[in-house]
Amino acid sequence: MFGFILRRLAVAIPTLLLLIVISFVLMHSAPGGPFTQERALPPQVLANLDAKYGLDQPLAVQMWTYIVGILTRFDFGPSFVYPDLSVNDIIAQGFPVTLTYGAIGFSLSVLFGVILGIIAAIRHNSWVDTLAVGVSIGAQVLPNFVIAPILVLVFTLWLRWLPGGGWGGWPYWVMPIIALTLSHMASIARLTRSSMLEVLGSNHIRTARAKGLSESAVILRHALKPAMLPVISYLGPLFVTMITGSVVVDMYFSTGGIGRSFVDSALSRDYAVMMGITILVGALTIFFNLLVDVLYAWIDPKIRY
Amino acid sequence: MTKLFLTTALAACMALPAVTAVAATPAPGEKLAAQQSYNYWLLDAIKTLDPQKNTDREGSDVINQLFEGLTGQDAKGAIIPGAAESWTVSDDKKVYTFKLRDAKWSNGDPVTANDFVFAWRRLADPATASEYAWFAELANIANAPEIVAGTKSPEELGIRAVDDHTVEVTLSAPTPYFLKMLTNSSLFPVPQKVVEAEGDSWTQPGKLVGNGAFKLDSHDLGVQLTLSKNDNYWDAANTILTDLKFTTVNDVNAALTRFQAGELDYSEIPAGQYPRLEKEYPDAATVSPKACTYAYILNLSDKGPEALKDKRVRQALALGMQRDIVVNNILQGGQKPAWTWTHWAMDGFVEPENPYAAMTQEERTAKARELLAEAGYGPDKPLELSLQYNTSEDHKKIAVAAQQFYKQLGVNITLNNVEWKVHTDKMQNQDFDVARYAWCADYNEPSTFLDYFRSTGKNEGRFANAEYDAALDHSKTAENPAEDYRKAEAILAEEVPAVFVYQYASVAMRNPAIKGVPLENPMNDWYAKDLYRVEQ
Amino acid sequence: MTMIDREAIERLGDNMAAQEVAGRSPWADARRRFLRNKAAVAGLIVLMLVLAFGLFGQHLAAWNNEDLDFNVMGMVAEKGQPSIESGHYFGTDELGRDLFARTVQGTRVSLLVGIVGAAIAVVVGTLYGAISGFAGGRTDQIMMRAVDILMSIPYMFVLILLLVMFGRSMWLLFLGIGLISWLDMARIVRGQTLTLKNREYIEAARATGVPGWRIILRHIVPNLLGVVAVYATLLIPLMILTESFMSFLGLGVQEPLTSWGALISEGAKTMNYGTLWQLAFPLFFFVITLFAFFFVGDGLRDALDPKDR
Repeated sequence: MFGFILRRLAVAIPTLLLLIVISFVLMHSAPGGPFTQERALPPQVLANLDAKYGLDQPLAVQMWTYIVGILTRFDFGPSFVYPDLSVNDIIAQGFPVTLTYGAIGFSLSVLFGVILGIIAAIRHNSWVDTLAVGVSIGAQVLPNFVIAPILVLVFTLWLRWLPGGGWGGWPYWVMPIIALTLSHMASIARLTRSSMLEVLGSNHIRTARAKGLSESAVILRHALKPAMLPVISYLGPLFVTMITGSVVVDMYFSTGGIGRSFVDSALSRDYAVMMGITILVGALTIFFNLLVDVLYAWIDPKIRY
Repeated sequence: MTKLFLTTALAACMALPAVTAVAATPAPGEKLAAQQSYNYWLLDAIKTLDPQKNTDREGSDVINQLFEGLTGQDAKGAIIPGAAESWTVSDDKKVYTFKLRDAKWSNGDPVTANDFVFAWRRLADPATASEYAWFAELANIANAPEIVAGTKSPEELGIRAVDDHTVEVTLSAPTPYFLKMLTNSSLFPVPQKVVEAEGDSWTQPGKLVGNGAFKLDSHDLGVQLTLSKNDNYWDAANTILTDLKFTTVNDVNAALTRFQAGELDYSEIPAGQYPRLEKEYPDAATVSPKACTYAYILNLSDKGPEALKDKRVRQALALGMQRDIVVNNILQGGQKPAWTWTHWAMDGFVEPENPYAAMTQEERTAKARELLAEAGYGPDKPLELSLQYNTSEDHKKIAVAAQQFYKQLGVNITLNNVEWKVHTDKMQNQDFDVARYAWCADYNEPSTFLDYFRSTGKNEGRFANAEYDAALDHSKTAENPAEDYRKAEAILAEEVPAVFVYQYASVAMRNPAIKGVPLENPMNDWYAKDLYRVEQ
Repeated sequence: MTMIDREAIERLGDNMAAQEVAGRSPWADARRRFLRNKAAVAGLIVLMLVLAFGLFGQHLAAWNNEDLDFNVMGMVAEKGQPSIESGHYFGTDELGRDLFARTVQGTRVSLLVGIVGAAIAVVVGTLYGAISGFAGGRTDQIMMRAVDILMSIPYMFVLILLLVMFGRSMWLLFLGIGLISWLDMARIVRGQTLTLKNREYIEAARATGVPGWRIILRHIVPNLLGVVAVYATLLIPLMILTESFMSFLGLGVQEPLTSWGALISEGAKTMNYGTLWQLAFPLFFFVITLFAFFFVGDGLRDALDPKDR
């Protein structure tokens, strides 16, 4: 197991490098730069800016300086568009926000998704099952950019229960989390249901039932663990789509997370911020995939790495 | 015109009496609200609070509250004393001497002439790499171009501190709109000590020190900024609002919903929604002029399409643009059809007669067809052009409509939507046929618009006309520049370097409890010190 | 956004392969089983109808999808409602364009994005997986390590970058969306190939000197058809969802073209302005189509999977 983790970590480094190179090249080959302004800057000012941010260097040198800066000082450089802030500042402001609603949303969608899925599986072919399947497909196909404005209309404009955006205490969390998690909860419910049905039909459950164990004992003690395997392998990708979904949440609820910063930085050619967030999300993805694999191996002892 | 003349004349004959600057002045009978707060909407995150580095409108909205320049504006946009209580101008109109009032920074230090000298040098200094360094050049401050280019040192900039309370500015040429330019944040003072001690992060809450009526309490990037009253401000006694909040909402429709829910005191009205909101909220839906003009720039450069080099084709395009539909059916918010490049509300602008403006659209369309036929385009040889616009709901609507307008003339338009940076880049490289563009005034005077089309101006379509340049050169020293401006506009109407579409209006929901909002200032500058909230 | 249950598909592949060994064709009973599944059949019918709507809908439209109705423009909330009389069966959009015609157009584009995107993913994934599994050894290891590396790249971010950088061309969108999803497919197919590889007839083919690529195309790929079909059906709705997200960001297809995503995102913005039909009609087609794809995909999987439930 330990060797496996080490091997995976060894893969992480080339992955991150690849990610840096891809985004760096993509970004710099795009038309327009961070200082492409509506009022074209006088060449002198532009030269000054380029010199200040090192953009006058060859691309390879820029990339090298950048990577060295990260490795030696954990410095992701200054933002091009927010002259008062460094990339570290921007991520330090936005990431805790994304992490807060992301983590809560993640836990809630797993918890409720699994419970819903199990109930649907136990009551297979009953109206509960049909309802659960219908609702969860519905929640999966409704884009969150439709859900978000509906939430704001209902809870902010009509009921006046919740603030329509911003970031502060828990009232600010409710709508972003709902908008973010609804579809994931539904995915997990569907996944749990089908996997649970599969397990419930398997021989070892039949044996367990034949032994006269109570239904709840069968489910909790024998069926739950194997049924969770596909759900667990889904958690890695789930995490990534959560971060992607945060783009919509940040745009709609002005939560100030990194999702919005990413899209903004790509559009405004804020090379440094965009790279910083991409690397952060890439590293988190790798970490999460690793975590999921370890969890998987722990639950399913058949798997040997 | 008269107003402009008056200000310059007054200034020239020395010493504006210490007019009390405008302050919040409740009318008799108005009952002030207990909570003196104002919650303003921002579309985007604030990029910087550094006056010399700020480049955008929303940044100015915040910085205008935190800092104060030498001059300010009254509710109509006329120039009034700001940090300077009076000024004199030399006979050759090249040397301005400002007398500063006794004022303090928010940390209690006195505001001195040196703070202005430091800030202006900082603006021009290549080491600052300010994107607005060109503003110092535009103002004709002596030696600014050389300093920006790095051939002279910033100490040689045409500004010096005569004593702690006197600033002397030397210009390289008479600049009639110089006093107006001083209301732009790039020429605001900054506290030298703080800037030098804290470096780039001096604008963070807790560190930022300003000389404005409000001070910065918090700044959550992309979420909100909170400001509170600065008791060290020289006119704090007459400042009524105590708490300002700037809330970012990235979507204009979401912002409107939050205005309706009472969370914001100001939000913009999305295109097309004004008539409905005006009925529903007659007290809150407002329209005021906004000094920007929307146009389709035609590429006349060598890289541009051959067809556009024919004046008749350009005139036909100008005629075929159904401005009334754009204004009345798409935008529907008090915008005006544009027949001139200069916004109608500019101080000292007299609109020239335009025969086409008086025609009906049918007549214009007929005339346009005729011109196109003369130029050799018709059903068997249709004119093909691409129209480039940057991503935005409103630009898209207008572009889609324009495509249909021009279809009626037999012109086939291909739409090309790109995002802002690509759009700008392509325009600056003359890589377009027709491109959407809008120009906003930097100061309240027609030349801010007209300079755009000078052969040496920004002028992405590369229009070049010697007569036009001459008219504008003449205006700089003319007794009556309005005449030159009118002539310049007449040349634009004839030569059509761009199809002018409409002139902006600021269409917004404003909480009627907030009083003192300067709706008549086309520059859309507002100062929270002049506002107050009444009990409702 | 949602994900495909990779394990269920792998299971399906295993079971089909087992059947094959037993000398039965898994396709034989599949049709019968599929037709017994009411939800799947209903889904299939809905898909046919939506497809017909996309293909022939414009013949029913009273308006062209480009023309602006100047009578309606500016008073869309009052005059642009759905009405048989005005010919705007689904009402008009903010500019006075006929929403029925626009929805037809959007249906076409969205289905195209879904199908082409899924096709790219399936083709690339199948070939990659089959080659990797068939070649085995070193090549297999390197190819799968590459998949591991690519799996850790936040694709949605790269796609956003791509579209921002290179403008919004429809082909780039197809390609970008397709390239997001081939990795899972490659893994599944590789696993299946490994089991198939040791079959006698394939070993026989190898022994007689049939080139590797021909064995892959002739013998391995056809045996993967079940897996591919199920995967593709479940992938199409994901592609459509991804496109709608890109459209929300303004990075989707370009005017005058439109897609469900673009129409929904426009309609969602104005839902409080008394023009709810602008959201309702495109959303309706979007939702029923995605529902239908899910039902058909699940039905197909169950039908091809011979194991009794």
